[in-house]
Amino acid sequence: MMNLLQTVISRPSGALGLGLTLFHVLMALFAPWIAPYDPTMQNADAILLAPSFEHWMGTDTLGRDVFSRVLHGGRLAIAVTFSAAVIATLWGGFAGIFFGTVGGRVDEFSMRIVDAFLSMPWLLFLLLIISIGGAGPVTIIPTLGFFYGVAILRVVRGAAMQVAARDFVTAAKARGERLWPVIAREVFPNLSDILLVEGAMRWSWMLLAFSSLSFLGFGATPPTPDWGLMVAQERGLLSTAPWGVFWPCFALSSLIIGINLLADAIGKALGLDRATAIAV
Amino acid sequence: MPTLILRRFGFAAFTIAFVSLVMFAAVEALPGNVCTSFLQRFAQGPRLERCIEQQGLDRPALVRYGDWVAGAAQGDFGYSLKKRKPVNELIWERFRNTALLGGIAALLAIPLAIFLGIAAGVRRDRPVDLSLSGAAMLAMTIPEFVTATALIYVFAILLQWFPAVTIVSPGASVLQMLPNIVLPVIVLSAVLIAHIMRMVRASVIDVMASDYVQMARLKGVPERQIIRKHVVPNAMIPALNVIALTIAWLLAGVVVVEKVFNYPGLGTLMIQAIYDRDLPMVQAVALIFSVIYVAVNLLADLAALVLDPRLRRKGH
Repeated sequence: MMNLLQTVISRPSGALGLGLTLFHVLMALFAPWIAPYDPTMQNADAILLAPSFEHWMGTDTLGRDVFSRVLHGGRLAIAVTFSAAVIATLWGGFAGIFFGTVGGRVDEFSMRIVDAFLSMPWLLFLLLIISIGGAGPVTIIPTLGFFYGVAILRVVRGAAMQVAARDFVTAAKARGERLWPVIAREVFPNLSDILLVEGAMRWSWMLLAFSSLSFLGFGATPPTPDWGLMVAQERGLLSTAPWGVFWPCFALSSLIIGINLLADAIGKALGLDRATAIAV
Repeated sequence: MPTLILRRFGFAAFTIAFVSLVMFAAVEALPGNVCTSFLQRFAQGPRLERCIEQQGLDRPALVRYGDWVAGAAQGDFGYSLKKRKPVNELIWERFRNTALLGGIAALLAIPLAIFLGIAAGVRRDRPVDLSLSGAAMLAMTIPEFVTATALIYVFAILLQWFPAVTIVSPGASVLQMLPNIVLPVIVLSAVLIAHIMRMVRASVIDVMASDYVQMARLKGVPERQIIRKHVVPNAMIPALNVIALTIAWLLAGVVVVEKVFNYPGLGTLMIQAIYDRDLPMVQAVALIFSVIYVAVNLLADLAALVLDPRLRRKGH
């Protein structure tokens, strides 16, 4: 673990990725203690003020402090997408290892269904589910977790098939070991690296998806400070008060880029170069 | 060969059947039904009865599913609750606008992405590759609405070259749409180029390391000719399927981009229908998007079949 961390930091992109990710996670955790103002407090005397010493990033249409809102703006997005990423990695990884190890007709049949799910434009499906179940984390976490899990399943299943064809698995099967011990002791340990990298990569895509949903008005609900929602709300005043839009855009993009760089660096450190693999 | 083509068509048909079933079942699974969800607290008395009758909700679910699919196959997508009109009267102009936007973005992005991908792949880890790959990473990770907002700020507000939002009256001709689609097309193409370029690059690197390219080098074939004759054709085939898959990004991106620019396409229609809880409309648009997506994937599969003789052998 320490070795992995050192290899990741030794690359400039890895160090930048880890730094950005840690920075945003810490800011999200400690936002209530750092923020100078209440992020939802409206102030009719301080509407659309330009950045100053009192309000570092200015104020928005309702006189709320943009700096305090940007600090809080990642909390919901990070919590929702991280939970969804964990769900996706767990179920997708588990099912992928299972089908890849078992093979045969069960695997072939399941992959037809997986392919059918992969050929659904998932954002549209998410929008359909939201129009039925209503917006908010309760609908979004399981749906993101499920759909990204399908993609992880496909990747992990391919890798598991390769591991299952190796000699030590054949030997374990020949010793008469049952399916579950083979999966737990022989196959899984060889795939934990891929799971880690896939999980981190999908986390960054989920952040992109969740903030897009927030921007469309189906993610966070007002008055929750959320980057995507802040951009949607302040966008109309882009020409007169660009600070209300710029800072949430900047924070969101830097977090997604950070996680992406981190996942890439972990992958390279573990010898899994995603850049040369045809991804699903 | 004919059986292989039939099998591809079969899988496409299976996928559409499966997707439509899932979309129908998702709506069936909701507490209440299409009418109670639309009318909310007014869902009682004659209003509810009228809605149930008009949507034909008194029939069993299986019959309604059959009707919905059979109707959609003939271009009848049901009846919009909010607009009080048949859905197909509302979608065709929207469909044309979205096709215009997506089509131009794809036509622009795909050739450019292939060119850039090859350029980066054959110069792996050299400055050209590093800067192209870095730019692709940025284009993929920065959300479309952020890119779009930045472009609006620079080109619509500061420079005032293009309109910030689409201002056309319904029934506008293709020519009237053109100045409005410049910025949306740039945003969509950027994401497409990034994804396709990465895949082409990966594929090119893979082929460059293959035995037959090594062999050609040892024979003394000029590098230029190796790239043109061996690398490019062989790298295109795996990339082709991925290009089709990135159309999913295009479709999802279209929804966001249309919303940012207030563009009168299928995406904004769907979002408005969700705000209105107009489920028949939402289902119709989602189905149309899915069919487009499956059709594009089918085309890519068939093209791969034509281009790659290995796929035509038995066992594939």
